[in-house]
Amino acid sequence: MSELWEGLTQAFWLVVTLDADLVGITLRSLRVTLTALILASAIALPLAAFLAVRRFRMRRLTIAVLNALMGLPPVVVGLIVYVFLSRAGPLGVLGLLFTPTAMVIAQVIIIVPLIASVAHQSLRELWAEYHDLLISMNTTQTQRIATLLWDGRRALLTAALAGFGRGIGEVGAIMIVGGNIDQVTRVLTTAIALETGKGNFALALGLGFVLIALAVAVNLAIHWLSRTETEGRW
Amino acid sequence: MLKWFASAAFALALGSAAMAEDLKMAVTTSFHNSGLAEVLLPEIKKDTGIDLQLLVVGTGQALRLGEAGDVDAILVHAKAAEEKFVAAGHGTHRTEIMYNDFVIIGPKADPASISGAGSAAAALQMIEGAEAPFVSRGDDSGTHKKELSLWKGAGVTPEGAWYKAVGAGMGSALNTASGMNAYILSDRASWLNFGNKGDLALLYAGDPVLFNQYAYIPVNPEKHAHVKSDLAMQLEAWLVSDRAKELIDGYRLSAEQLFTYNAKSE
Amino acid sequence: MSELFPLTVQGAKVQRRGKVLLGPVDLTLEGQGVTVVIGPNGAGKTSLLKMLHGIVRLSAGKVTWACGQTEAQRRQGFVFQAPVMLRRTVLENLTYPLQLANMAKPEAMARAKDWTQRIGLGDAQTRQATVLSGGERQKLALARALIRDPDVLFLDEPCASLDGRAMREIEEILQAAAKSGTRIIMSTHDMGQARRLATEVIFILRGKVHEFAQAGAFFNSAQTVQAREFLNGDIVE
Repeated sequence: MSELWEGLTQAFWLVVTLDADLVGITLRSLRVTLTALILASAIALPLAAFLAVRRFRMRRLTIAVLNALMGLPPVVVGLIVYVFLSRAGPLGVLGLLFTPTAMVIAQVIIIVPLIASVAHQSLRELWAEYHDLLISMNTTQTQRIATLLWDGRRALLTAALAGFGRGIGEVGAIMIVGGNIDQVTRVLTTAIALETGKGNFALALGLGFVLIALAVAVNLAIHWLSRTETEGRW
Repeated sequence: MLKWFASAAFALALGSAAMAEDLKMAVTTSFHNSGLAEVLLPEIKKDTGIDLQLLVVGTGQALRLGEAGDVDAILVHAKAAEEKFVAAGHGTHRTEIMYNDFVIIGPKADPASISGAGSAAAALQMIEGAEAPFVSRGDDSGTHKKELSLWKGAGVTPEGAWYKAVGAGMGSALNTASGMNAYILSDRASWLNFGNKGDLALLYAGDPVLFNQYAYIPVNPEKHAHVKSDLAMQLEAWLVSDRAKELIDGYRLSAEQLFTYNAKSE
Repeated sequence: MSELFPLTVQGAKVQRRGKVLLGPVDLTLEGQGVTVVIGPNGAGKTSLLKMLHGIVRLSAGKVTWACGQTEAQRRQGFVFQAPVMLRRTVLENLTYPLQLANMAKPEAMARAKDWTQRIGLGDAQTRQATVLSGGERQKLALARALIRDPDVLFLDEPCASLDGRAMREIEEILQAAAKSGTRIIMSTHDMGQARRLATEVIFILRGKVHEFAQAGAFFNSAQTVQAREFLNGDIVE
């Protein structure tokens, strides 16, 4: 109990004094996860829409694979990315191991199935609603996908948020491919793991609270953004 | 909204590019937990301009990283493995820099009464005799290797319900020992820096067999053309300099000297 | 622009899960007036309209437009019984089909605004279409179908469950469209509406075209017993 309290006070002081390390780590966390989120969304959302509007032979299999990949253990993703990016691996020449880019790659792989899966669920419903109209209007495949993506944007935002949550809280994969290098690849989750390892539970908890606050803040901010957007039109 | 995302993505992409003279070095958890790195890194940066990036891993992984060419140099403490590493051509040479020591930690009540033991081997035999819980790193790290060699030296095969290999870093293993009130072998620095001591105490230290030699090995540029061999040599020159000696010998944790500088250029 | 009509249907059949919903149907429609499809519930009115529009798969036979399928598709509009509202504003629902046709934005905007006035939604331009009432939705769907100036407009029970006022507004729009040369093919269960709008009538029963006649002739002296019973308000199976 005292540890929880100590953690809270420590988190409080770290935040109010704008501790340089904390700010750096937090910004790095945001940078990595937001970059991964943007890339993952650019892949996953059109894919989800495509799966909704297009009937093809491998469609059910693709969806099943996506759902299965959603449960992919991050550590395994990390390990695979590691093996690929290692100097001894096939992509070794790029020299990306232990850089933020490697962390972004791992996170993209982890969150694409999640975003695509969640987005597909809601776009499928939207497509059921729009199906007759869009067919009747003689739309092309691309126009259908674009329409679904635009009109389903609030649901897609939720999907992206789910991805953000998974990305920002992820530790196994980025620890492996990032290496937790101070000032370079140390982010909130890996810093928490490190401090826990040192038995500094209070500091680890403090960082944990910052992480929670960050996730909540980003969620609120995005919801607020989307609210004002729709209300502005009403 | 979209525009905002695009520009943000662009800024992020730019941010992760540009990097100066950086050198990646794999070090062991015990070295990192000592806090010495935080003293040395800024000085290295100041004297040589090198941004030293530390990958904190077990000795086993550190050697693998060097083998794969994923780091430019390693600083570890497992002599036999290091010599094999250099002999296999993965590293150019091995330079001893400094040593610290291992200590045996256990519950204050000391159920195996090891605090009066005459040697490290005797202490371990007592623990086994009492079947008192003992936590082992079990992660192929330098500390783990050291522990195994100590058991061997004591003529004991550690097995049974009392011997628990956790497969984790020093900190996690100490956390486990603290939770189970078990004995554990730790480097002194990790122990002093450890914040969750609970009912544990330092029970045995001082046997020379517990000394822990650190060595620096640059990764062989003949095997991996991309490694920053020049920077690695520059760092080595600094590590064997008087400036390094002064900092290493002068480093104190809880008023105790942790490391003893003993570099000799080979 | 070549002629759309005549529209020829030959032995066309629609099936779903082995059950015949419609057909075989043989029919020829000429390029004038308002065709009203009537018949009891489940007779196949919706299937007939969708088949003519080309959005259900035929299991047999064919539907042929004089100008060919691709061009015909571009020149048709369809209003569904339960109108589908895009999750956008009223104005955006109207500009949507114009954007699909690559119309420049200012012109599309002007046209959409004009249509909101014509359907009495001038004050609701920026409202979300999904919050409109049933009558407003139906009018919006109608305007959205008409905004591209289709040569043929299909409507499936456009006034089901609407109040008198909304029905009057919709019929006025339809009559104006018919007057300006839009070919209208619609279904209804409201005999009053059928009498008011139809120039020809298709009476459909159990998936088959039972009687096809000029409106005057049909309402005054239907040829078949079932059609007469239906017009009398009897239950026809």
